[in-house]
Amino acid sequence: MRFRKMESIVEAVGNTPMLRLRTLEKDAPGTKIYLKLEYANPGGSVKDRPARQMMLDAIEDGRLTNDKILIDATSGNTGVAYSLFGAAMGYRIHLVMPSNVSQARKDITEAFGTEIIYSDPMEGSDGAIVKVRKMVAENPDRYFYADQYSNPSNPRAHYLGTGAEILDQVGGEITHFVAGLGTSGTCMGTTRRLREHSRKIECIAVEPAEALHGLEGLKHMASSLVPEIYDSKLPDEILPVGTDAGWDMSDRLAAQEGLHVGHSTGANVAGALEVAKRAEASCVVAIACDRGDRYFAPMKWEKHYEW
Amino acid sequence: MAVTVRIPTPLRTLTGGADEVSADGGTVAEVIDNLETNHPGMKDRLCDEKGVRRFVNIYANDEDIRFLDNLETALTEGDTLSIVPAIAGGASR
Repeated sequence: MRFRKMESIVEAVGNTPMLRLRTLEKDAPGTKIYLKLEYANPGGSVKDRPARQMMLDAIEDGRLTNDKILIDATSGNTGVAYSLFGAAMGYRIHLVMPSNVSQARKDITEAFGTEIIYSDPMEGSDGAIVKVRKMVAENPDRYFYADQYSNPSNPRAHYLGTGAEILDQVGGEITHFVAGLGTSGTCMGTTRRLREHSRKIECIAVEPAEALHGLEGLKHMASSLVPEIYDSKLPDEILPVGTDAGWDMSDRLAAQEGLHVGHSTGANVAGALEVAKRAEASCVVAIACDRGDRYFAPMKWEKHYEW
Repeated sequence: MAVTVRIPTPLRTLTGGADEVSADGGTVAEVIDNLETNHPGMKDRLCDEKGVRRFVNIYANDEDIRFLDNLETALTEGDTLSIVPAIAGGASR
């Protein structure tokens, strides 16, 4: 991205770096572990890919026009991406999110001119989905409901982008691919592209081990509204990862690899290491969804500071 | 001392689907013990051996108990305790 000359920020999505985790690999001698740094996208997360694709596909076939408002439920990163592209391409964006999303997320999206509608924090991201459906049902002509959980453009972005890029970058050596399940778009789309490769590549979906978890962006499918785009039979394996394991791996990646990533990335890498440990001479590719600074919370003394 | 406890979606399997339950106790720790008696499994979801799990946020009325006295935070009749999943950020580290 650094060397490309671009006409619009929309073009800056994709072609993200692939980084080898040499310190971590020592836990599984003889294997290689790569991390695809999706936070290098202009909006700072993997969600730039589906948001861009959902908008471009809808503009092309007329579902999204300048007199409509793009609306969706999001706990954050997809919202940042819609907001960024909305600002750049001239579309209005409304987002429904649980009121306990991080302040950083609210501030970033609002900086782009996006309007936020809050849902009950007790209902989590599913509460936001229920609320947005109700709003759209009441005013169907006002909105383009992007619906990242059901929109085929979401996995398509990863089929066309993420999957193809992984094969370009490490196609000769990859044996396993690991991605967490949120909307499941990354896992579904990338897996479909990797399945077209001449050699079998094992695709593993990471899922939070507990219903009440702290892996923001990931979904515990058994206790959630299951996304329409999710096909549970597509991955070779569903690998449960605990919150503590994900959080500890995030800390370790910062301390040992110089990567400050969010907790969903920690969970993906914890899963990737587990896979590498049991598959001799494997080459495992995992996804870094976003950076850790998106999750900074106010410190105790900042919380009561009066501006 | 009866307080109202708000239960998030992922824990409602333990409360028969209820989004609010009543519990007894003069501190957060006592309320959690009482919840465990009436809804077995609850304590393990909320706490580990070091106290409240890192990714679980408990609010006494409108304040995170981490900014109060944690598990020893005193409660009075009619207070509301909310168990908020850290899923959407805001977790103290």
